[in-house]
Amino acid sequence: MPSTMGSTSRDDLSRAGGARAETASGTTDGTTAGSTNGGTTAGTAPPGDVPVRLLDEKGVRHPDPGLDRWLTDVDAGTDDARGALLALYEDMVVARRIDAEATALQRQGELALWPPLQGQEAAQVGSAAALRDDDFVFSSYREHAVARRRGVASVDLLRVWRGVTASGWDPYAVGMATPQVIIGAQALHGVGYALGIQADVERGVVAPGEGGTAAVVAYVGDGAMSQGDVNEAFVFAATWQVPLVLFCQNNQWAISEPVALQSAVPLVRRAWGFGVPGVRVDGNDVLAVLAVTREALHRARTGGGPTFVEAVTYRMGPHTTADDPTRYRDASELDVWAERDPIARLAAYLRAGGLLTGDDEVRVRAAADAVAAELRAGVVAIEDPPPLSVFDHVYAEPHPTVAAERAEHAAYLAGFADTGTTTTGTTTTDTTTSGEGADR
Amino acid sequence: MTTQTLTLAKALGAGLRRAMTDDPTVMVLGEDIGRLGGVYRVTDGLQAEFGPRRVVDTPLAESGILGTAVGLAYRGYRPVVEIQFDGFVYVAFDQIVSQLAKMHARTRGAVKLPVTIRIPVAGGIGAAEHHSESPEAYFVHTAGLRVVSVSNPQDASTVLRQAIACDDPVVFFEPKRLYHVKGEVDPGLPLDDAPPMGTARVVSPGDDVTLVTFGSHVATALDAATAASDEGVSIEVIDLRSLSPIDHDTIAASVRRTGRLVVLHEGPRQAGVGAEIATSVTERCFDFLEAPPVRVTGYDIPYPPAKLEGNQVPDLDRVLVGVDRVLGRSPASSAPAGAEVGA
Ligand SMILES: Cc1ncc(C[n+]2csc(CCOP(=O)(O)OP(=O)(O)O)c2C)c(N)n1
Ligand SMILES: [Mg+2]
Repeated sequence: MPSTMGSTSRDDLSRAGGARAETASGTTDGTTAGSTNGGTTAGTAPPGDVPVRLLDEKGVRHPDPGLDRWLTDVDAGTDDARGALLALYEDMVVARRIDAEATALQRQGELALWPPLQGQEAAQVGSAAALRDDDFVFSSYREHAVARRRGVASVDLLRVWRGVTASGWDPYAVGMATPQVIIGAQALHGVGYALGIQADVERGVVAPGEGGTAAVVAYVGDGAMSQGDVNEAFVFAATWQVPLVLFCQNNQWAISEPVALQSAVPLVRRAWGFGVPGVRVDGNDVLAVLAVTREALHRARTGGGPTFVEAVTYRMGPHTTADDPTRYRDASELDVWAERDPIARLAAYLRAGGLLTGDDEVRVRAAADAVAAELRAGVVAIEDPPPLSVFDHVYAEPHPTVAAERAEHAAYLAGFADTGTTTTGTTTTDTTTSGEGADR
Repeated sequence: MTTQTLTLAKALGAGLRRAMTDDPTVMVLGEDIGRLGGVYRVTDGLQAEFGPRRVVDTPLAESGILGTAVGLAYRGYRPVVEIQFDGFVYVAFDQIVSQLAKMHARTRGAVKLPVTIRIPVAGGIGAAEHHSESPEAYFVHTAGLRVVSVSNPQDASTVLRQAIACDDPVVFFEPKRLYHVKGEVDPGLPLDDAPPMGTARVVSPGDDVTLVTFGSHVATALDAATAASDEGVSIEVIDLRSLSPIDHDTIAASVRRTGRLVVLHEGPRQAGVGAEIATSVTERCFDFLEAPPVRVTGYDIPYPPAKLEGNQVPDLDRVLVGVDRVLGRSPASSAPAGAEVGA
């Protein structure tokens, strides 16, 4: 076993086997989770440091009694089970296809920016597949596959990135907040929302469902783990034992900063210090992610409080379409992670079991192409919104300053229409309403 | 209608109690607000009455408090958060400015965040550092927030209830110097019978000078009006009440009659609320002005130690010097910069 000092945060997936972190039922406390200083003097990784994995890199399924009980539906060997597995596969393939199409659209000038998710499909699809309709998601800006699974139309995923709107969807219609760009801020929103669920149940305005109450998943990145807001979210969530899963996609990078720069210990160990159970999962293994998230959600729904999930994965593409990863990381790194590709891994598992036929693959590819075509057509058809919409929704109730400025800008724009000029200053004098009589 | 004599702190508590009784989604969160009742005892007795689920002692992290409030409001609650002292709100700045203030616009109106942020504000109480700040300009500058400051117990009670009922986030400033000031309060005053939250009020009519202020300095301004009247100068005192939006119509109507404007506040001068009012009055009332507007404000310095705070907080004399200057009676009025109002 390598010393964990150099590789704790940039975790070494070659160490992962069928081993399972002790997490869920409180069997692992801070002491047994590992030493507190990040070094493992005995030379072995603390058990919680080894990512939970059910599918190895060749797609071979390893049994795990603790986790298998969360996968009885996909393991059943029935038509329904096969359907569920194929749905996971299709969602991952379609997500990657959307990602590629969006990247192309950005290159062609149709989008201002795009943050690719390639490599993180299993972490996103697996976790989102564990959610109920009445659950709520707070995410950052890269969780396109989560949003799609929640029911966001693919073209709506791209609106914000085209720069035509502040928001691509109604959060309440899909149970997912719109993207958060301020790193880590959404973790606290997840805490508050979960506290609201708790209060709703106590007030009796919402009855717990069959499997318990609704719950919240808040997605954060490895870089976000350094933010005060995320650390405060741990504190608050633990204090109130809210129904929250803090789900970290450790994709190894925060723009150019490797995760080792954010943390001297595996991120999962942080959770235990806050009194929150933590589990480290192979984020490129969709089945393990699904099982671990279901277990965490079950704990949340049944009064067991928050759980931290660290999904170890890799951002295969640039941070955004504006980024150039060759400036800070070695191309060979990508080769290593390509071997762990989440889609290839699930496909290998399904093929070996006869669950993914050639026909299925053709069908899934066609479905992905159809989504991409629909996406492209939808995006290029989006028109620029009317200029005065910048004044919409600044306040929920009428506001005289905004009303006056809207009128001022409307008059200013109308001046151009009257004179047919577009840039000269002559039109501005008679169109400003900021003088006498304006209610500002 | 039944009125009681209450301190401003008790009036705030009465307003909270009323809001919590009227609306089960109102929750109160903050540091030491539960068993202790807050360091100024504003929430005294509320936890005993409404339980720890609705009157919540939070961990000691302001960004955490505000972020939690955003999430609660997302879920349909009306959180009222207490920031223990003005100087501690900066820790929560992102959650207020980028999250709370912008979320309605960022979701194209889908998500309303009716959060009220109560902040004990300003100095003059001999406090330790970071306990005497006047940070209102930061929030007035932020689209999506409403900002109010109260000057008397009745407003404390009713404007707080209006703020809680408002679907927008409201920053609610409580001047610390006034917590123990008493007044007649009707805690159950129907909100429709009270002046709307965004409006200013003429608290003392006058003809020669318009003196605009808010919070604890309404009292200073009224003292100035009394002192000036002894010299035959009639000052109209306006209590701004709302710092965002600013009730420009009420101010402009007054200045058009008096022709002279003095703005008074304790926060630093540069890009402060006084700058906004002076500019707006100049734009709207230029032809009516007999003299340049005068700002009597705190200086652009860190809030000084307690023994020196009298140099920062405008007092009666500094206001009177400002009034003299707007009347063209002070030598300072010929100073080129025209900005300094020395005592
Ligand atoms: C508060 C804040 N600081 C800095 C940034 C700029 N920024 C955007 S993404 C990013 C990296 C985030 O890394 P991580 O949390 O790992 O998420 P990932 O991009 O890998 O999904 C940074 C520094 C930001 N958006 N917000
Ligand atoms: Mg990252």
